[in-house]
Amino acid sequence: MSDILTGTHFVHGDWACAEGAIAAGCRFYAAYPITPATEIAERLASRLPEVGGRFIQFEDELGAIASVLGASYAGLKAMTATSGPGISLMLENIGLAVMTEAPCVIVNVMRGGPSTGQPTAGAQGDVMQCRWGTHGDVEIIALAPESVQEMFDLTVEAFNLSEEYRVPVFLLPDANIGHLYERLDIPEKNKVRTVNRKKPIVKPDKYKPFEADGSLVPPMACFGEGYRFYATGLTHDENGYPDMTTEGQDRLVRRLCDKIRRNADRIQRVEEYMVEDCDLLVVAYGITARSAMSAVRQARVEGLKAGLFRLITLWPFPDKKLEELAGRVKAVVVAEMNYGQLVREVERAVRPTRVMFLPKIGDEPPRPDEILTEMRRALYG
Amino acid sequence: MIELSKEPGGRQKRHRIRVNESFCKGCGYCIEFCPRHVFERTEEINDRGVSPPRVARQEDCLGCELCARLCPELAVSVEEEKE
Amino acid sequence: MGNANNNHPHSRTLRVDRLPHIWCQGCGLGIILHCYAEALEETGIDLDRVVTISGIGCAGRASGYVNTDGFHTTHGRALPFATGVGIAKPDLKPVVISGDGDLFSIGGNHLIHAARRNVDVLVVCSNNFNYGMTGAQFGPTTPSGTRTPTSPYGNIENPFNLVALVAAAGATYVSRWTVYHAQMLKNSMKRGLEKRGFSFIEVISPCTTGYGRLNRMSPVDMMRALRDFGKIKKVPPTEATIDPTREIVLGEFVDVEKPTYNDVFSSLYGKAGAS
Repeated sequence: MSDILTGTHFVHGDWACAEGAIAAGCRFYAAYPITPATEIAERLASRLPEVGGRFIQFEDELGAIASVLGASYAGLKAMTATSGPGISLMLENIGLAVMTEAPCVIVNVMRGGPSTGQPTAGAQGDVMQCRWGTHGDVEIIALAPESVQEMFDLTVEAFNLSEEYRVPVFLLPDANIGHLYERLDIPEKNKVRTVNRKKPIVKPDKYKPFEADGSLVPPMACFGEGYRFYATGLTHDENGYPDMTTEGQDRLVRRLCDKIRRNADRIQRVEEYMVEDCDLLVVAYGITARSAMSAVRQARVEGLKAGLFRLITLWPFPDKKLEELAGRVKAVVVAEMNYGQLVREVERAVRPTRVMFLPKIGDEPPRPDEILTEMRRALYG
Repeated sequence: MIELSKEPGGRQKRHRIRVNESFCKGCGYCIEFCPRHVFERTEEINDRGVSPPRVARQEDCLGCELCARLCPELAVSVEEEKE
Repeated sequence: MGNANNNHPHSRTLRVDRLPHIWCQGCGLGIILHCYAEALEETGIDLDRVVTISGIGCAGRASGYVNTDGFHTTHGRALPFATGVGIAKPDLKPVVISGDGDLFSIGGNHLIHAARRNVDVLVVCSNNFNYGMTGAQFGPTTPSGTRTPTSPYGNIENPFNLVALVAAAGATYVSRWTVYHAQMLKNSMKRGLEKRGFSFIEVISPCTTGYGRLNRMSPVDMMRALRDFGKIKKVPPTEATIDPTREIVLGEFVDVEKPTYNDVFSSLYGKAGAS
């Protein structure tokens, strides 16, 4: 059975995500069933044995994420998928992944919260959680697919980013995208770009597991390769040994964060539509961006010069790009399926330009006409 | 099983005991549990604040290596003396 | 860094440049570390295959002193991490060294499931009857009635019998020793390293500055108790009772063969028609 199902398919988002993982080279998946992400686990339970990969269903999400780190350190591309409540459980080991620079992909098919909330309803309420949920100063990468095609493409991208930067990468569809059926085109295997972690070029006796060059990303040896290295969640030095000094903490925290911050321009992906001459900028991501695109097109027909700034990477947040655009527009409209999360980042970036916020709390994404009404209010009062 | 290192004819082999005093934390296990009381407490406290044991009766050592096994610091070693 | 020289007898299996270790005077963990080093040496196991994994607590520091690939996880999650390692790369031999609190309180759920799955891993549990690192609070193995900082009126809970618990969960090798019985402990470790499946060794170990101080016992008092109360018996796991004030039943209680998780998973490749 091929590891890449080249061709055209009519499938749901979760299926596309699972196939994206296989195409990216994921060969380890740790599962725990949770609506609306369960289908990713179910697809991979049958696919991974077909491609010589490994699958395990754990007793809880804490075990699942811990095993993803173990598999990653053993040399496999590893993933788990869950929803908001599962991410809450995984947060401690997400911090461990950041601290030990373990490449991994974590999918959160977002549902209504807080707490058990509405398990089958889409939401965009976990965008701050993935960024700030774990304790301490961390930087992570998060991608927001808006279609079934992007569930495939961005899953591949997520693996590539996690390997390149040795950081956990989140994929944040909402439940609507997870269960939406749409066309998916899977390319030929040689058209799928995959990235693998940088390996050490020195001999084991010279290897320092957490020593990095100017890229700030240390080459990664894996278990069983003869490097006999040590990694810990404690603050550590370049040798991987615990370091309880003030200088050590400063040095490590800065490198772990700067690794992403300094490379933000290369990591960020956005889609800009008609922003060159717009008076009003609409900022959206995920399924909301699809409604926003309709609204922007309709606005242009009416003579309202609107543009769409679609965030594909939610984190690191593209403040510079937004700041630059904001100087040229009269107002910004942000639509999210929550009660105000990423809008705060937008406000911060575009200050003092006015920001109008359209919250949509509940399963329905905002309709194009709802966004258009907000856009008219923003420009005309 | 502890094998007593005796040569044929019954003469007991000699052993050399080394204590790495820079590792010793003064727990007293070697002193207490040696079946031949080879080690002794001392009153001197070194500059780490520890009283390491003194090897007082090396000639009585059986070579059972209980001291080496029980030392939490891996500070004690027992070797057969080569004649 | 200590004064260890490169001629240290265990420089092949221990990170001797990091000795002396940080553990307290008389701590049993040093003895466990020594046994582990010797077990690694005497089995002749390929050290590049071994991954020493530990959780949080004093026992959790053990992995940092071993000259194998090592990983120090979050509290209670050593076993799922080890499961991920072993499943991802079946050639590797994960070894988990951790404490009674890390493995049986926060980690308890993972422990029983790893045993149930018969994941190929050797688990060495240092049982010192308290949470030593944080200051001797009571834990899942602390005898009832013990006064600790979080049970100032005496522990009102009942302790686990770890041997019975792990055997019931499905482990294929279960033994209990004390650090006084270091020779037997080392032999059990050798068995666990060579055997495939979930191997569990409970090691009764003195916490001299925690549990010992609470019970007004010196290090030598504690070690004498291990020598005097340790009784080797050939009994079923449920009869391997433990009372640190009276009798601690020692020995090997389970030693069977069963297919491991990896063994069974590999059979799925045939079913799935893997290319």
